[in-house]
Amino acid sequence: MKERVTLDHPKEKISKQHLTEEWVGKIYTWLCIIVLIVTIFSMVYFVASRGLTTFFRGVNVWEFISGLRWQPDAKPPIFGALPFIFGSFSTSIMAALIAAPLGFCAAIFMTEIMPKYGRRYLQPVIELLAGIPSVVYGFVGLSIIVPFLRDTFPGQGLGLAAGAIVLSIMILPTITTIATDALSALPGGLKEGSYALGATRWQTIYRIVLPTTFPALMTGVVLGISRAFGEALAVQMVIGNAPFLPRSLFDSTSTLTSVITLSMGNTVMNSPHNNALWSLALILMLMTFVFVFIVRWLERRTKI
Amino acid sequence: MPNNGLYVRDLSVYYGKKQAVKEINLDFAAKEVTALIGPSGCGKSTFLRSLNRMNDLIGDARITGEIWIEDKNINDPSVDVVLLRQKIGMVWQRPNPFHKSIYENIAFGPRYHGIKNKKQLNEIVETSLRKAALWEETKDRLHQSALSLSGGQQQRLCIARSLAVKPKIILMDEPASALDPVSTAKIEELISELKQDYCIIIVTHNMHQAARISDKTAFFFMGELVEFDDTQKMFTNPSKKQTDDYISGRFG
Repeated sequence: MKERVTLDHPKEKISKQHLTEEWVGKIYTWLCIIVLIVTIFSMVYFVASRGLTTFFRGVNVWEFISGLRWQPDAKPPIFGALPFIFGSFSTSIMAALIAAPLGFCAAIFMTEIMPKYGRRYLQPVIELLAGIPSVVYGFVGLSIIVPFLRDTFPGQGLGLAAGAIVLSIMILPTITTIATDALSALPGGLKEGSYALGATRWQTIYRIVLPTTFPALMTGVVLGISRAFGEALAVQMVIGNAPFLPRSLFDSTSTLTSVITLSMGNTVMNSPHNNALWSLALILMLMTFVFVFIVRWLERRTKI
Repeated sequence: MPNNGLYVRDLSVYYGKKQAVKEINLDFAAKEVTALIGPSGCGKSTFLRSLNRMNDLIGDARITGEIWIEDKNINDPSVDVVLLRQKIGMVWQRPNPFHKSIYENIAFGPRYHGIKNKKQLNEIVETSLRKAALWEETKDRLHQSALSLSGGQQQRLCIARSLAVKPKIILMDEPASALDPVSTAKIEELISELKQDYCIIIVTHNMHQAARISDKTAFFFMGELVEFDDTQKMFTNPSKKQTDDYISGRFG
C-alpha cells in the first residue's frame, strides 16, 4: 500500500545504459540503410549514365528501340534492338503462359484437393526447382528440349520455343509458391459459404477461390515474368542467339540478356558497341521497374 | 412422422478417435426455432455442422446414425450432398459474404442451380433481400461490393444468400455473436419472422437470446444431449439440475 511507483530509477547508471543502447541501435540501422540506398542509387545512376551515352552520341532513341538490324561492327555501326526486346518479351510471356496454368493447378491440388500429401511431398519438390542453378536448366534444355524440338518441328531446335519452355520450368516455383500461399490465405468461411449453398467443389474453386485470389495469382505471374525477363544464362544456351526477329516459334533469336552476356567480353569500355550494350541494360532495368510497380499495384488490390 | 422437419436418430460424430457428439436423438419441427445451448466444446456446433454434412469437408470426421429429412436419411450414400445443402441453408458466426457485389452474392446460389434468366434472378434477389429485411438499405446499391456493408448488414446478406436457394431448414452458428446490440436485435427480429416459413436451428452462447427467440431449447454437455424441451419450461423449470446450473450461470 505504501510503496509508490516512481520513475526516478535508483541506479542512474542503468538508465544511461539504456540510452546508449538506444542510440547505438539507431545509428547502426541508419548506417546500414544509408549504405543500401547509396548502393542502389549509384547502380541506377551508373547504368543510366552509361546507357544514355549511346543516345547522346548520335543514335536516335526511336531508331534504337524500333530498329531491326544490330550490326555493331559495321561502319558506321547500326544499333537496332527490337529483335532483342521482342525476344525478351515473347520468351517471358510465353513462359508465363505455359507455367501459369500448371502452377495454378499445382496450387489448387495442394490446397484444395490433397492438402496433406500435396503439402508434404509436392511443395518441397516444386520449391527444389527454384534452387537448381540456371546453367543446369540451360544444359538440360540443350540436351533434351532442343533435340526434341529439332526432331519434331522444322528448324534447328534452338530458338524461341526452347527458350520459353526452359524459362517456364524456371518460373514454375515462383508462380506455384505464391499461388499456394494466396489460396491457403483465403478465409475458410468463403469456401464453406459456397458449399453450404449447394456448390460443388469445382464450382467453388472456379467461382469463389480463383476470382477472390485473382490479384494475388497475378502477382505470382508478374514476378515469374520478371524473373524470366532477367534470366540470361539458361536462355542464351538454348535460344540460338541470332540477332534477328524470329519468323516462327522454332527460329533462332536473342534476348536483351543473352546479347549482353555474349558480347560484353568482346567490347572495349566506351566504344559505341559497349555503350549500346549498356543501353540494352538500361532497357532491362526500366522494364524491371515496371514489373515491380505492377506487382505493387496488384498487391494493393490483394488486401482483403 | 410428420413432414417438413428434421429427425435425428443416434447421431454420433467422431474426430479421429475422439467422440465429439454422442448418440443424439432430436426432433426439429418446421416453423419452429430450436436453440442449441451449452458450454464451448460441448459438441453443439459439430452437431449443427453434421446436419448439412459440412463435416464431410473435414478429413478425419466420421459420422454414424441417421438424420431424416423428407423421408430420406441424409447420411445415406445415395444422397446428393449438393442437393441436400440446397435444402439446408447455413449461416456462420462471422459474416462471410463473397467478394462480389451484393446482387452477385444472392444470385450466386440460384445460378448454380441452373437459373440463368435475368428477370427471374432479379426477382429472387429482391425477394431474398426483402425476406432478410435488407432490401430498403441496399436496393440502390445492389452492384456495390458486399464488403462495403456493415457487419450486421453483411450477416443479413448471408442470411438472404441462403434464402435464395429456397431451403427448408436454416442452420445458424452463433449468427449474432460478432455483432453489436443493434444489429443483434435486427437479426433476432429477422429470425422470428423467418420462423413462419422455415425450420430454424440456432447455436447460441447467449442465454437471453435463446430465451427470447426460440420455441425449443436443447442443452448439450460433453457431447451429450442433457435436456430438450420447450424453451419456456427449460428456462423456468428445467427437469435436470445440470441444465438449471448452466442456465443460471453456475458453471460453463
